[in-house]
Amino acid sequence: MIASSPHQISNASVGQIMRQVSYALLPATLAYVWLFGIGVLVHILLAVVAACVTEAVVMWLRKRSALNSLADGSAILTALLLALAIPSIAPWWITVLGSVFAILFGKQLYGGLGYNPFNPAMLGYAMLLISFPLEMTRWPAAFSLLTDAPSLSDSINAIFNHGVTVDAISAATPLDTLKTQLGRGIEISETIRSQEFGKIFGSMSGVGWEWINIGFLIGGLYLLITKRIAWQIPFAMLISIIILSSTFYLIDPQHFVSPWMHLLGGATMMGAFFIATDPVSACTSARGRLYYGAGIGIIIFVIRTWGGYPEGLAFAVLLMNMAAPTIDHYTQPRVFGGR
Amino acid sequence: MSQPNNAVFSFPGGLHLDEQKSTSSTVPISDSPLPKQLILPLSQHIGEAAVPCVSVGDKVLKGQIIAHAEGRISVALHAPTSGTIDKIENHVIPHASGLSAPCIFINSDGEDKWRERSPCADYTTIAIEELQQRIRNAGIVGMGGAGFPSAVKLAPHSAQKVDTLILNGAECEPFITCDDMLMRERAAEIIAGLKIMQYVLQAKQCIIGIEDNKIEAFAALQTAIDADKCENISLKRVSTKYPAGGERQLIYSLLGQEVDSDQRPINIGVVCHNVATAAAVYRAIVHDEPLLSRIVTLAGSGIPQPRNLEVLIGTPIDSLLNNAHASLDELGNVVMGGPMMGFIIEHLHAPVIKTTNCLLATLTRDVKPKPAALACIRCGDCADVCPAYLLPQQLYWFSRANEFDPIQEYHLFDCIECGCCDYVCPSHIPIVQYIRHAKTAIWQQESDTKKSNHARERHEKRLERLERVKREKKESHNRKKAALNKNKENDVDPKKAAILAAMARANKRKEGLDSAPKNTENLTADQQQQIDDADARRQSEKKAANNKDKDSA
Repeated sequence: MIASSPHQISNASVGQIMRQVSYALLPATLAYVWLFGIGVLVHILLAVVAACVTEAVVMWLRKRSALNSLADGSAILTALLLALAIPSIAPWWITVLGSVFAILFGKQLYGGLGYNPFNPAMLGYAMLLISFPLEMTRWPAAFSLLTDAPSLSDSINAIFNHGVTVDAISAATPLDTLKTQLGRGIEISETIRSQEFGKIFGSMSGVGWEWINIGFLIGGLYLLITKRIAWQIPFAMLISIIILSSTFYLIDPQHFVSPWMHLLGGATMMGAFFIATDPVSACTSARGRLYYGAGIGIIIFVIRTWGGYPEGLAFAVLLMNMAAPTIDHYTQPRVFGGR
Repeated sequence: MSQPNNAVFSFPGGLHLDEQKSTSSTVPISDSPLPKQLILPLSQHIGEAAVPCVSVGDKVLKGQIIAHAEGRISVALHAPTSGTIDKIENHVIPHASGLSAPCIFINSDGEDKWRERSPCADYTTIAIEELQQRIRNAGIVGMGGAGFPSAVKLAPHSAQKVDTLILNGAECEPFITCDDMLMRERAAEIIAGLKIMQYVLQAKQCIIGIEDNKIEAFAALQTAIDADKCENISLKRVSTKYPAGGERQLIYSLLGQEVDSDQRPINIGVVCHNVATAAAVYRAIVHDEPLLSRIVTLAGSGIPQPRNLEVLIGTPIDSLLNNAHASLDELGNVVMGGPMMGFIIEHLHAPVIKTTNCLLATLTRDVKPKPAALACIRCGDCADVCPAYLLPQQLYWFSRANEFDPIQEYHLFDCIECGCCDYVCPSHIPIVQYIRHAKTAIWQQESDTKKSNHARERHEKRLERLERVKREKKESHNRKKAALNKNKENDVDPKKAAILAAMARANKRKEGLDSAPKNTENLTADQQQQIDDADARRQSEKKAANNKDKDSA
């Protein structure tokens, strides 16, 4: 067969994209390690190994080259994102199970990279959250709240000998605390000032959480500047969260969480720059990406405010994944010279 | 720091490619030696092939017509040098398909002797229709690569008023410098040709669009315009971005107007020609020299000294490369055109034709095989670089699934096949190839539908005709019957027997009429055998066609 034009191509490759996104996770990962201890690295390692082994086994079963598939780096990226979403004091099998599930059910059963309708990491996360709510919502306290920072041995104990030291270093997340307290009829300002919970909120939106979110934001801006991700999805998602949360906060600051808390207190930045922008499961047209991002922002706000979970990123992303093909269908760009 | 001559509009998408133009544009244009034999395909343009008007053994002079234009969209073909017609037969032509087509072979006599020419210093003394005819007879086609007969674009319908004539000097593909060198060295010819075109079109203004990396060419043209004191010719820079030389892209860059996707530039009062076409028009009208040669860029790692050559149309590519000291054995491939839109020439004995702007020869060791294609990750990079605002990844999905209705809703036919999507695709998917596949399949479908519609119409006409014949027979029968009945009433008993006998005869005849004798009755064994064979053949063909349908479904 005669090779058809063009006869030169750029150096871009899927592997390079995945590597670049993985590097962009570095600031958030460092903040994570600094604030919540080294346990997260153990989880990352567990997730990556589990994901790679699963990918290799499936490739072997499908009689394809496991090396080629692993080389594209997508399994590693999925594992990284999942590990960063799991509490670093969760037991080891949580991460391994989630990672295997994400690769197997989230990606390979649909035909592998490029054919998955859902974000694999979020599918794995949602499964874990529904199946193991206790393990998935017990986060470590940021080290500044503790007398001693959790050491490597503390972390390893927590991960592999479930329950030994967990209670000593765990604390509820700020969003979770506010939700529980509001459920009890206690107003926000009272919760933040209270003896018991006040110290986890820090100056902006929760000790530790701010810095992790800023880490994700820095990585996200790097991806934006290098044009690795389209600006529409993070922009629309953040704007919709800001508008909704500001509106409700201005109406009733005692019963609605502040915009700062929404932006920096949960998984918003990770979602906006690393999860919602997963190209395979997102919209592809420019206008569609705006709707898609806005949809995720709205659903996150609704779940956080009125839903049963303190955080709604995974469900918001999965729901919008389902809507993506339809949105794409109705948001075709105007063709050059078209009307 | 905006310059007055800069165009302000930027077309969507596009790429900033490594230009690779500097080596071939350092050497002036030189003449390529006269080859022993010239191979001239009858169709070097879009439209009907030219029809030969010489026969084998004829002596021809340089510039003599050897094939006439046929139909409206066609041009004539000339002998590029003097010599003898050697043969007229099929030969490999430079075409993406790698197929052969009828060619006229001329053995040159080495004298390069011109036919009689009648130069014309003042074109305004000639009627516009006559000028159009002369351009057509001079064999001039769009020399930017498309090869559309220029005379057709210079003769719009009377209702279409031409406001702006654009000369395309963008030359956006990497490596190619033939237009650049032409503008540098023969700016005055281009301006003179442009003025003839403007006169023919009665265009109000002319704009020459040049990419802003061609500084010398810009200066040369500016000097030529100033020297000529022409007022309504302006020179504009467009930013260097591939594919700035695409017709619709250039029009947008210069005028800020989009040509509707289902229309042509003439619909917004714009006509676009290549700079080399303008120079060819000048030579044809003023010097009575038809299109016999063109400037070809020789570039790529396989060419020791990249350069531009004035090459006679019909020069075999292998002899051209040999003269440029390229060693053919070490070449990995030779591309005609640029690296983005050109095609690989399989047989190097194919000739240079009127649209050969560049020959890109790459050494075997420099030919990088395209990495294996991975699955599309829908990153959308292809949509970002698409100059037509298409969604190439959607086109790819639909083409792969042979879904030809939705693919047209995604504007398949607005794709100009510039290759930007292919270039950036991180999964290395040959998107353009998928798009071409879909286009070809749809064209094929359309022509099949046309054929089957035609067949159905014929069948329906036949049924109608048979029905009519039957009806007419019945009517005549009824008439006869009525006449008989009438007779019956009038008749008396004694003749009854005779009448009955007549009626019986008539009935017999009527039966004979109703069951018209078939020509398949009373056959010999031989004839019956033939019919059976034909039936069997028909049956198996039908089966094969059915299988084919299944396969393609």
